[in-house]
Amino acid sequence: MTGTPILSTHALNGGYGDFQALFGIDMELHEGEVISLIGANGAGKSTFLKSVFGLLPVAPEMVRYDGEAVGGTPAHRMVRRGIAMVPEGRRLFVGMTVEENMRVAIDNARLPEDEGQWTRERLFELFPILREKRRQPIEDLSGGQQQMVAISRALLCQPRVLLCDEISLGLAPKVIREIYAILPEITAAGTSIVLVEQDVSLAREASNRLYCMLEGRITLTGASNDISRDDIAAAYFGASDAVA
Amino acid sequence: MQWLDAIIQGVLLGGMYAQYALGMALMFGVMRIVNIAHGDVMILLSLIAVSLAGVLPVGNIGLIVVIVPIAVAIGWALQTFILNRVVGADPLPSLIATFGLSIALQNLMLEVWSADTRSLPNSGIASESFQIGPIYVGLLPVIVLICAFVLTGGLDAVMRYTRFGRGLRAAAADTEAAAMTGVDPKRIYATATAIAVGILGLAAVFAALRATVSPSDGSAQLIYAFEAVIIGGMGSIWGAFLGSMVLGVAQAIGLRVDPGLGILFGHLVFLLVLATRPEGIMARKK
Ligand SMILES: Nc1ncnc2c1ncn2[C@@H]1O[C@H](COP(=O)(O)OP(=O)(O)OP(=O)(O)O)[C@@H](O)[C@H]1O
Ligand SMILES: [Mg+2]
Repeated sequence: MTGTPILSTHALNGGYGDFQALFGIDMELHEGEVISLIGANGAGKSTFLKSVFGLLPVAPEMVRYDGEAVGGTPAHRMVRRGIAMVPEGRRLFVGMTVEENMRVAIDNARLPEDEGQWTRERLFELFPILREKRRQPIEDLSGGQQQMVAISRALLCQPRVLLCDEISLGLAPKVIREIYAILPEITAAGTSIVLVEQDVSLAREASNRLYCMLEGRITLTGASNDISRDDIAAAYFGASDAVA
Repeated sequence: MQWLDAIIQGVLLGGMYAQYALGMALMFGVMRIVNIAHGDVMILLSLIAVSLAGVLPVGNIGLIVVIVPIAVAIGWALQTFILNRVVGADPLPSLIATFGLSIALQNLMLEVWSADTRSLPNSGIASESFQIGPIYVGLLPVIVLICAFVLTGGLDAVMRYTRFGRGLRAAAADTEAAAMTGVDPKRIYATATAIAVGILGLAAVFAALRATVSPSDGSAQLIYAFEAVIIGGMGSIWGAFLGSMVLGVAQAIGLRVDPGLGILFGHLVFLLVLATRPEGIMARKK
């Protein structure tokens, strides 16, 4: 990987009020790349994504996007610049239909639907069940179908960088495979991906590089297929009790 | 015939309540902001209209053209400088802030306009009426009802089919997720409250034409608006219109039973709806 990364963080500290959850995170994401971020519950993965995306306060220099210091820019402006997120727990707009959920993204996207890579039509081809359910309220869909809407909503923002927070959580293996199968299509459309994932083997398979986080610090990083399971176990649980 | 007359007068009264309730349907029904100052802001706008009518000979239509932009500005400022600082998952801060605002407004109005009741001069249309069979109908209440109907249809369409409406519903459902999808929640909330109070500006002129207003009248308007929104169902714009009709008709019928019972009948019907269909008449299925 050469050239300036599309997204990078520099000694990023973050947290909630007085509680510091992240300590000096350095991460970079290059154009066309998929990186995965793994770590135990409470390691700080979601906090990291929120800090990058402007949902939690950070200093401007801590996040650079496309060569510019953008830390702390509000999320809705990050979307306009080309970052989108599939949040943990999906967070769809209850009381609105599948298509209305998608249209909120289209209304506020970086590019109009007919100029961007992603259209409703294309997403309906990827997830045919959504075409069938397009006029149904979001709360009538199954968990897997809702995750498809959450991913569609983020893609319709026409992002250059997509942040995904545990998109496999609580889904059946078949549905997880279905959802992960579209990641190559997303990168082919020119979008780089940060993948937060609890399932380590899934994370390794789907990414070029991997970061492991433990208690708010990066404990391991490298090419996904070079890192050994033992190294991951040590970085994931802490060196002293690396028993898994 | 007496009951038909009561129902017709009730529907016309409901038209006035619908004008109070539409802004409430937006702020309380959709955005879940409890604005205790809703009625006081309307009375303030009525009093401004009365005072302006004294110095600006612009006629009733002209008055609406002047008052509605003032109302829009007040709504925008209310959301931007007060409510956007306190809105969140917890409704209590907005309740306390607007409760304080309500008291402050009432005192301010007493100071400026004293406790006297005032109204706009009964010119032209305000006093005309026509006859359908044996029933007399005032022209002004009919105009109020038609305005309420058109506003309800318009607001409902805006909420359903426009970028603004979708963004507002998204922000109300999940503010943070809306921001993640590119919606600026504070800006969209400021626009929504500007619209809500703007409608109240129209209602304020009609209220001062129809009847008298005094600085302490706000709390009654607040209650009617709350009741209409809850009877109709939270989040439903047409529900608020229907709730207003129910309230108006209940009051008019109560009034026929006994002149002292009108308002009480309205409250009783409200309680009845709460007891039997707490989600409201037009609530969406959960
Ligand atoms: N809203 C919040 N307020 C205060 N502390 C929080 C909040 N959300 C998370 N935390 C704390 O921040 C730390 C990091 O949490 P975070 O949610 O980022 O972990 P995570 O790696 O995403 O975990 P998981 O895999 O369970 O989603 C934890 O100690 C957590 O308790
Ligand atoms: Mg998390």
